[in-house]
Parts: sequence; structure tokens; C-alpha cells
Amino acid sequence: MVLSSAVSETDASLHSTFASRYVRTVLPRFKMPENSIPKEAAYQIINDELMLDGNPRLNLASFVTTWMEPECDKLIMSSINKNYVDMDEYPVTTELQNRCVNMIAHLFNAPLGETETAVGVGTVGSSEAIMLAGLAFKRRWQNKMREQGKPFDKPNIVTGANVQVCWEKFARYFEVELKEVKLREDYYVMDPEKAVEMVDENTICVAAILGSTLNGEFEDVKRLNDLLVEKNAETGWDTPIHVDAASGGFIAPFIYPELEWDFRLPLVKSINVSGHKYGLVYAGIGWVIWRNKEDLPDELIFHINYLGADQPTFTLNFSKGSSQIIAQYYQLIRLGHEGYKNIMENCQENAMVLKEGLEKTERFNIVSKDNGVPLVAFSLKDHSIHTEFEISDMLRRFGWIVPAYTMPPDAQHVTVLRVVIREDFSRTLAERLVSDITKVLHELDTLPAKLSAKKTVSEENGLTVDTEHEVTKKITDAWRKFVADKKKTSGVC
Amino acid sequence: MVISSTIVDSDQSVHYTFASRYVRTSLPRFKMPDEPIPKDAAYQIINDELMLDGNPRLNLASFVTTWMEPECDKLIMSSLNKNYVDMDVYPVTTELQNRCVNMIAHLFHAPMGEDETAVGVGTVGSSEAIMLAGLAFKRKWQAKRKSQGKTCDNPNIVTGSNVQVCWEKFARYFEVQLKEVKVKEGYYVMDPAKAVEMVDENTICVAAILGSTMNGEFEDVKLLNDLLMKKNKETGWETPIHVDAASGGFVAPFLYPDLEWDFRLPLVKSINVSGHKYGLVYAGVGWVVWRTKDDLPDELVFHINYLGSDQPTFTLNFSKGSSQVIAQYYQFIRLGFEGYKDVMKNCHENMMVLKEGLENTGRFSIISKDIGVPLLAFSLKDSSKYTVFSISESLRRFGWIVPAYTMPPDAQHISVLRVVIREDFSHSLADRLIADIVKVVHELDGSAGSTAHTSGTHSGETVEHGSRDVTQGIAKYWRRFLNHGKKTSSVC
Repeated sequence: MVLSSAVSETDASLHSTFASRYVRTVLPRFKMPENSIPKEAAYQIINDELMLDGNPRLNLASFVTTWMEPECDKLIMSSINKNYVDMDEYPVTTELQNRCVNMIAHLFNAPLGETETAVGVGTVGSSEAIMLAGLAFKRRWQNKMREQGKPFDKPNIVTGANVQVCWEKFARYFEVELKEVKLREDYYVMDPEKAVEMVDENTICVAAILGSTLNGEFEDVKRLNDLLVEKNAETGWDTPIHVDAASGGFIAPFIYPELEWDFRLPLVKSINVSGHKYGLVYAGIGWVIWRNKEDLPDELIFHINYLGADQPTFTLNFSKGSSQIIAQYYQLIRLGHEGYKNIMENCQENAMVLKEGLEKTERFNIVSKDNGVPLVAFSLKDHSIHTEFEISDMLRRFGWIVPAYTMPPDAQHVTVLRVVIREDFSRTLAERLVSDITKVLHELDTLPAKLSAKKTVSEENGLTVDTEHEVTKKITDAWRKFVADKKKTSGVC
Repeated sequence: MVISSTIVDSDQSVHYTFASRYVRTSLPRFKMPDEPIPKDAAYQIINDELMLDGNPRLNLASFVTTWMEPECDKLIMSSLNKNYVDMDVYPVTTELQNRCVNMIAHLFHAPMGEDETAVGVGTVGSSEAIMLAGLAFKRKWQAKRKSQGKTCDNPNIVTGSNVQVCWEKFARYFEVQLKEVKVKEGYYVMDPAKAVEMVDENTICVAAILGSTMNGEFEDVKLLNDLLMKKNKETGWETPIHVDAASGGFVAPFLYPDLEWDFRLPLVKSINVSGHKYGLVYAGVGWVVWRTKDDLPDELVFHINYLGSDQPTFTLNFSKGSSQVIAQYYQFIRLGFEGYKDVMKNCHENMMVLKEGLENTGRFSIISKDIGVPLLAFSLKDSSKYTVFSISESLRRFGWIVPAYTMPPDAQHISVLRVVIREDFSHSLADRLIADIVKVVHELDGSAGSTAHTSGTHSGETVEHGSRDVTQGIAKYWRRFLNHGKKTSSVC
């Protein structure tokens, strides 16, 4: 990209960016450069580097929204310099946040009177939302135990081993023990019975997931509620439920309105949902809603004094951009109930198209259920010759980013590929993906054919020689297994 | 805005937005509407409502950046749909974050070898950064106590009462006691000697502020370091320091390079800075840097397994946009050291212009120091007839947002107005502000004067108060009542 031309010291800004000296000199990576450079050069340099990032829209690994309408982009850009936390300066933005909270609370059937306002807040994502909800549970439980004169230094939370990593963060940072219900092959979500068994008097809440990260399945919150109501009647511990509806919260109300998972169940005290997943907003927004005022201890709320006006706040983050809140409101009024329903139905149909295409190849088992978050999780029927990780690697050549994961304990021997169907994943893209996967399978098939031929020859000679490919594969598999064993593999998202 | 025209039901999208039925019907506020509306209507409705928000650039209360170059806006737009946490999918964005961390670490003189990489992370703001730093201190202290066989259930942190509200949040949410050194009239920051006195064996760290929210002053971190080193020698407690450089971190290295406040002082173990204040980026990015790997306990770092590759992360937030990190990197390479220095010098000069203008009116005392974050905090010499709160309200009429605050304990009787000088606050705007303040003061003088005249004619009887005085009296009383109950230093 270097075009040679004479560069005059005094007049550097007039030259075309690509000819300027700035693109020829490598900028320091780890220290601030001494001098300024023209803005066009800065823009071009960064833009060119970023070309090597993956294409967000082909990232089939992520639930997070990657496309919004241009009108919304306009709103986002014009509010990018508004600091969300300045409630007094930007009262309309604050009002929009309140409206979103109320809309979502009603969507989740929060027991609100006609004039009551919902209790909830906008956050940066479900991680922050979960931490706030967890904090509220912890504080309520501590107060309760203190009143009863019992020790409160060993709080725990009961969840499935399929939880997203932010629950582990919450547990580790806020010093709460995590009691995990282990999964098993063919049952990849938390078993309500086992969960209720694990509840003890130190349990601050049971966390159910609506839309498990790994296979999109909805946990049976109703059953959990019923079993826990029974246990609470026996023990008197009053253990509540939190529903992590990060993905499912904007799906279930539209496609499965009869499914009871939200505040319709009496033990559900708080719900979180990611605005940036099926809320259809760019990364950076989540919501947490409490059932009513009592479920959010007042001592956690900070009253900030702005110009004499009292502003109650309960978030971990303070200053942040307003854009995503406004974008969420845009989506809620732009689409309405009907619009969201259409989009979710569409995603589901595309998921079916993908699923059928994969089933036709007869090489895959479908691990995800039909009811749940629109994603397709599938594993190979035959693992002996190649693995899901290889398919994932080879699909990258076509531009697709399709991740491969091992399931959490105790189903670590199961590996799956996962494709998330977002609003912008069309039917044509689904068909294209199927044909590319088929291509990849054929390629992989040809490789072992040579190997097995060699193998029969060497077996005849009484030797089993590993080809270089096999050796590499064995090493890689062993390393992956080593790494997977050491780290928490369900730390995926 | 309603233009009447016939609406044919089948063809609504052809009509002008302002004539469409959607602008005439008010949308449900608290429930999702049942049906969708055209996108231009949605845009227009929201855009029109937002017109009633304050103008960000006239918001003189905030440190947070309100203007960036159009080239940077372009970069921001194109990376809006990138989820920052997908390190494997967006390796370049991740690399840019690492470069920023290293640049900032070097700026703060972190003791790194040539090939060493800095230990730090990008966050959503200084709140998250402070919580991460506090968590690290808490965990290190707990580990130390456990190894000594001592109790670790009563950790505390020593700070000044001038701390920003996020320290109180950290204390409350993470169950650490906050021991505050009270400020006093004329000395509005943490006194290092008092702070060191308060340190006990349960202190996880002492937090010093570089750029106090109230008056922009830099605390004397060097003195704190020296006094604490002495105490540590006597007690053997090894109490470390954290510097909350949210505002000052991008001011001091450029305007006051000889001021020792950063990792040059041996007890400073971590520093946080807001990228969205004088880092010159829009709201939503902060940075925390640790001195060395040892200052960040490994058990707090999560190893996420993406596609078989190990990604270490230590943040409270997970998914978030990448735009601000890219914007920060843009600013670093676009401006460089020289560029930042020029911007800060300019802010400082504009601050002096404003200061001199206010001093010339003869009505104000300047509370802020010349050395510090470029902001001006000033109070009325004579508060008997009206207060700074009245000035603040009257200035709103001209479009300016200039907040008035009371100082934290034990200086609550002092109220100040505060103007933050950002990059986009020019010399001419400063002149204009002075002119408007003078106008407001004369107005208030006029109304206060006429009331005094009225009450003078009723000497010997109960003094009659003008209605303005009554309103002011009630407002003052109410504010004092509110301030008494709440933490007034929770301003920002």
C-alpha cells in the first residue's frame, strides 16, 4: 500500500494517506507515540488493522446482536456523547430507561397494579444484572439469618453445571459458594429435583436458566417452583428463585406465551435478560427486574444528590453511554409485540431449515431441542476418524465462525458444534452453511481414506505406524483434553 | 406538528412521518405496544422526545467527553456490532486493548522490563476499575491474614470523605468497611497524616485521589507514600496504596510530569483512570493497571475456554461494545504525547481565563487550586441574600448546566459552583459564561435588594419577606434536610 512520492516536511497533511510517512513507519505498540498524526492517517491505520478482525455477522458463535436498522444507528450516534448516569441533565433518556424497565416487567408478568412502577434497572449486560440480583438475594438472606440469630458467613447458590461463567464470577467475587447440579449425557440442563435436594438453609437462591448457553434449552422453572414450594413448606427456609433469562427472556413471551417461567410463579423474585441478545440491540445492555420493592433491600440503593434532587441508583457501573438504552426503546416501540414475535418465529424457522439440512447428511446427532432458543447444537455420530473441532477449524476457511465445545461435567465426553440463529441469519445463509458443512465433511472423509489404506499395509507388516496427521491430531487432542480438564469448560458463552 | 391529510389504511408508509397516525396517537409508556410501526416514525418519535434532554456540550458539570473527531465517529459506528468479549473472533480489537493497557502502564511508569507486558484491563468506567482493584487488594489481604493464622472478616479501606460514590458502592457491595478522613474548610482533600493514623491491621489499602471530584485538587500521594512506608516498617503490615486517578491520570503526566504520584512510588500497587474523562473518549471506558503480576491474585482471573484456546479475563462485565476501546486507541495514536499535552494545556489556560473573569467580579472565592484537574470551583463571598444554588438555577435559563454542591463532612457549610473545563470548552465560551454569570448575579442582586427595601419600611414589626425569599428559604431548608440525610459527597 506504499506509493512512493516526495514528502515535503511543511506540507505533510496534503498528501494522500497511503503516501504519508505515517503509514510507512510502524507506530509504537506499547508506548504512546511522541507526536500527533493527522486524523485521516489515524483513521486509516486503525481501519486497516481492524480488517483482520472476524466479520461480526458471520460469527455464528454469538447470541449478541450484529445488525440494527440505519434509523437506529442514527439515534445511537447522536446520543453517543450522553453520559447515561447524568439523570438530571438527560431526563428524557432516564425516562426512556424507566419505560423499558416497565415494559419488560409487564412482559414478564410482574404483579404490578395499574399505577405501580416496576422495580428494575438497565445494566451493561447480564453479568452486571446477575451480580445485582445475587447481591440482593445475599443481603436479604443475611438480614433474615441475622434476625434469627443464625450464622450468615456461608451463603451458597444452587445452579446447574451449565451456567454461564458470570455466575461463577459472582460466586467468586462476592464470596458465595456455588453448588452445581451436575449434568449427564442427554440431560444437559439442571434437574429440578436434584437442585431442590441440594438446597440447605444457607442457600440464598436457586438459579434457573431460560435458554441454556450450550444447547438453548429452557429449564423447567415451573417444576422447580413447585418442588421448592413444597420444600419451603417443610423447612420454612423461604428459598427464592432467580431466572437467568439472558437469552430466553425475549423469546419465550413471544413464541411460548403459555410457558410459565416468569413472575407468574410465586417463588421467582428476580429475572435478568440481555437486551443485546434477543432484545435485538448491539452489545452493551441488559436488564434486571425484581418482583416488587421488598425483593430489593433498600440499603443497597444509593441516593445520589444532584442539585438537590434525589436520584436512587443501584448499579455497579456508573458513567456509560446512553446509546444502547435508546436503541432498546427504539426496538420495543418500533417492533411491538407483533414485531418481536415475527422475528422470533422467523429465527425458529431458519433453525429448522438448518436442522433438517444437517439431519439429511446423516452424519450428525442434533443435541438441541426444538423448543428453546433458536440455535442448533449438533455432534458427530461417528467420532473415530475426525472430531467437531476439526469441522470448526475447516469452516473458518469459508468465513464461518462455528464454535465447538465440550459439555460441562459430567458430560465432558460429548462435544458439540453450535450455530446461533440471530435475526440477521437468513434462510439462504442457512442453506449455504449446510452446503459448506457438507463440503467440509467430504474433505475430511478423503483424508482418513488414505490413512486407512496405509494402516492396512503396515498392519499387514505387523506395524501400526501413525501418520504425521494422526500424530498431530493425537497431540492436539491430548492438549485440548489437558487444557479442558484444567479449566472450567463450561466457561463458554 | 400535525399536518392533516387523508390517510388510506392500505398505504400508510407513503405518508409523511408527521402526518402519520403514529405521531398523533401517543404510544403506550409502560407496556410494549402490540403492533410494529414504521422505522422512520420510530426514529422521529424518539428523536423529538430527546430534544428535551440537556445539550451534552453545555453540560459543564461533567468530566465525561462530549466531542470526538468525525473520523473517530466513523470507527465507532463500524465497530458497534462487535462484542468486545469475543477475543477469538476479534483478535485485532483485543490486541488494541492490550496496546492501550501497555501505553497507559508506561505512562504511569509501571516498573516493566523491555519485553514484559503490563498487567491491566479495559473496563466500562472507573467504577468497575475500582471494584476490580479493591477486589484484588481484599483477596491479597485475606490470603496474607490466613497465612498468618489471623482473622480476615473485618477488612477496611482508608480514604478521604471526598471520594466519589463508587468507593462507597465498593465498600457496601463487597463488605469492606470505609474509614473516611474528614475534610475541613480550606482543606478539601484527604490529609495524608490523618489517613496513615487511621490505618490498622485490617486495612486492605489506602486510596488516594488524583483529581478530587469537588475541586480538582491532587492529593499528595508522595507524602502519603512516605508516611505509610514509615508506619509499615514499624508495624510490618505492608499496607499498600491505590491511586484513583479517574480524572487526573490523563492530566498529571502531561502538565505535571515531575509530580510523583504513580508507580514511581513503591507502595502504589494499582491505579485506575477513566478513558472517558481526560482520556478524551465518549462515556463507557476506563482502565485499571496493576504494578506487577503479583499484585493481581491469580484466583480472581478467569480462564475462559474458547475453541480450545485459553483466554484469561478479569472484569465484572462480560459482553459489551468494542467502540470505546477502539476510540481510545485512536486518541492515543492520533494525538500522541504531544497532542494530549497541547489539549491539557489549552484546558488549563481556559480555566485561568474563567478564573480571572470571576475574580474580577469581586463576588466569588475560588476554592479550586491552580494545580490539578482543569476545573473551577467557586463560592459566593456573601451568601446571605442568595446562594450558589440560585445562581445554578438561573444559569440554566441561558442554557448552561453548572451544578452547585455542598462539600462533604466536615465542610458541609461550604457550597460551591463547579465548572469543568473539557477539551471542547473554548476561550470564547469561557468569556460568554462569565458574561452570563455577571448577568445572573445582577438579576439576583436586584430581586434581593427590593425585598430588603420592603422589609426596611416595617421596622419594629415582623419583617415581611418577599415571596422570592420565602421560596428560597423553603428550598434552602429542604436541601439542607436532604443533604443531612444523604451522602452529599456523592456527586461526580
